[in-house]
Amino acid sequence: MEALPANATRFLADAEALAALLPDGAQIAMPPDYSLPAMAVVRALVRRRARGLRLLGVPVLGMCADLLIGAGCVAEVETSAVSLGEAGLAPRFTEAAEKGEIAVRDATCPMVHSGLQAAEKGVPFMPLRGVLGSDLVAGRPDWKVIQNPLAKDDPIILAPAISPDVALFHARWADRAGNVWLGRRRELATIAHAAKATFVSFEHLREGDMLEDELLAPGVLGSVYVSALAPAARGAWPLGVADEYSIDDAHVMTYAKAAKTREGFRDYLEQWVLTPEKSYSPA
Amino acid sequence: MGSYAREELLACVIARLIGGAAHVAVGAASPIPATACALLAARGQRLRVSLLHKRKGNPFSEGSRELFDLAGQGRIDVFFLGGAQIDGEANVNLVRAEGRRFPGSFGSAFMYFAARRTILFREEHSRRVLVPKVEFVSAPGSSAPDVWRRGGPQALLTGKALFAWQPERRRFRLESVHPGSSLEEVRDCTGFDFDCAASVPQTAAPTPEDLTLLRGPVAREIAANYPAFGRRVWELGASHSKS
Repeated sequence: MEALPANATRFLADAEALAALLPDGAQIAMPPDYSLPAMAVVRALVRRRARGLRLLGVPVLGMCADLLIGAGCVAEVETSAVSLGEAGLAPRFTEAAEKGEIAVRDATCPMVHSGLQAAEKGVPFMPLRGVLGSDLVAGRPDWKVIQNPLAKDDPIILAPAISPDVALFHARWADRAGNVWLGRRRELATIAHAAKATFVSFEHLREGDMLEDELLAPGVLGSVYVSALAPAARGAWPLGVADEYSIDDAHVMTYAKAAKTREGFRDYLEQWVLTPEKSYSPA
Repeated sequence: MGSYAREELLACVIARLIGGAAHVAVGAASPIPATACALLAARGQRLRVSLLHKRKGNPFSEGSRELFDLAGQGRIDVFFLGGAQIDGEANVNLVRAEGRRFPGSFGSAFMYFAARRTILFREEHSRRVLVPKVEFVSAPGSSAPDVWRRGGPQALLTGKALFAWQPERRRFRLESVHPGSSLEEVRDCTGFDFDCAASVPQTAAPTPEDLTLLRGPVAREIAANYPAFGRRVWELGASHSKS
């Protein structure tokens, strides 16, 4: 993957340009559907026929992942769950997993968070309570169980540091200095800290530098972490951005129904993804 | 006795199970537990409810990891888990069963240990769900003595019955059977053995006071976060609920 310097955030034209920079085979860390997913970039990845992507759900995945899986872009998914929330099971994930068309590395939410937190601190692992006795452990030879060196007879599990190739998400605001505003979705900051590169689509560009504003700064991800940015109005649709637009429940339900069959999914792609100008919801 | 929805009955049972807890966390796709919490709040109980998927103003400012950090610190009293399968030792399977893939374990493998009490909740009461032994343990019902564990199962509530968990015996005990079901039906539909007194009472129906609260302030609050559920149970739309 092209080296992206930490002192020169690149402003790109649009979601297509971000998707073009994401190499096939990359491990991409993505937020859940409720936490600023970069849907416009996901659709652009489908259009550019991305292949062999390895998705990391932080800590779970939804429609974004289901679209990529159904479109054949995904080789592996590491996640604590894939679900469409109230719209039910993620149909393309479910079928691909049942037929063995993708590899699934099952996790549990805090193991994912802890692995990313280890990476953001630059340490090799982070211990976590619980998990012992779960069959998840047998499927994850990278998770190690050790004796707590500070106590006796106290086994504890270690989450190895996770450094994804790319963190990919959407933000409400970016500014001219290359900072992005995540608000309370601080897990996105953790992903960006841990990832080798961070690609962000955004709703609005602000003049000035948000880090100079005391009220905005706590919700800002500094440009030191941001590799590339691109505008994407309604870029999370049909999912939501707090205080901008809410999740389009009817559309997600339409997707959930269509994607139950391969034919229905293909029709959905034709109508909503493969023709760029139709990709965005009317405001 | 007036008529009520099954969801209303289940919410009232969960409210009783929550009892005097100080802090309840409600995870993904759990409208009935959320309804129970809203009912307790509407009754005037001082209860902190952390609704993970609250669409506006969710309780966390450190992202989704904050729930797990809170639980790790011992600040979550009650949590809820469901399962594609649940067995007689209170093991929970959220991954795969009978060749079918389910969404995944979510935070269960941690929360079952770290929350002080977990209420197992699954509306479907069948031998498909309540099995002798789960095919995959997402989260175990109990742990070896040397394994750190703050809490564990409290009860198992289904659409037909309520079971209490007996940690010393590592078995469920049938507490009550819901109106419309029978002990015989519960036995037929349960794939695991459980303890049972000579006479098992019927689950108490919602009181008129609770039904009034459920259909008023509770319904409006829940429909805002679970619009499909609000429409189904109370015929409320999301737009309705924002007023």
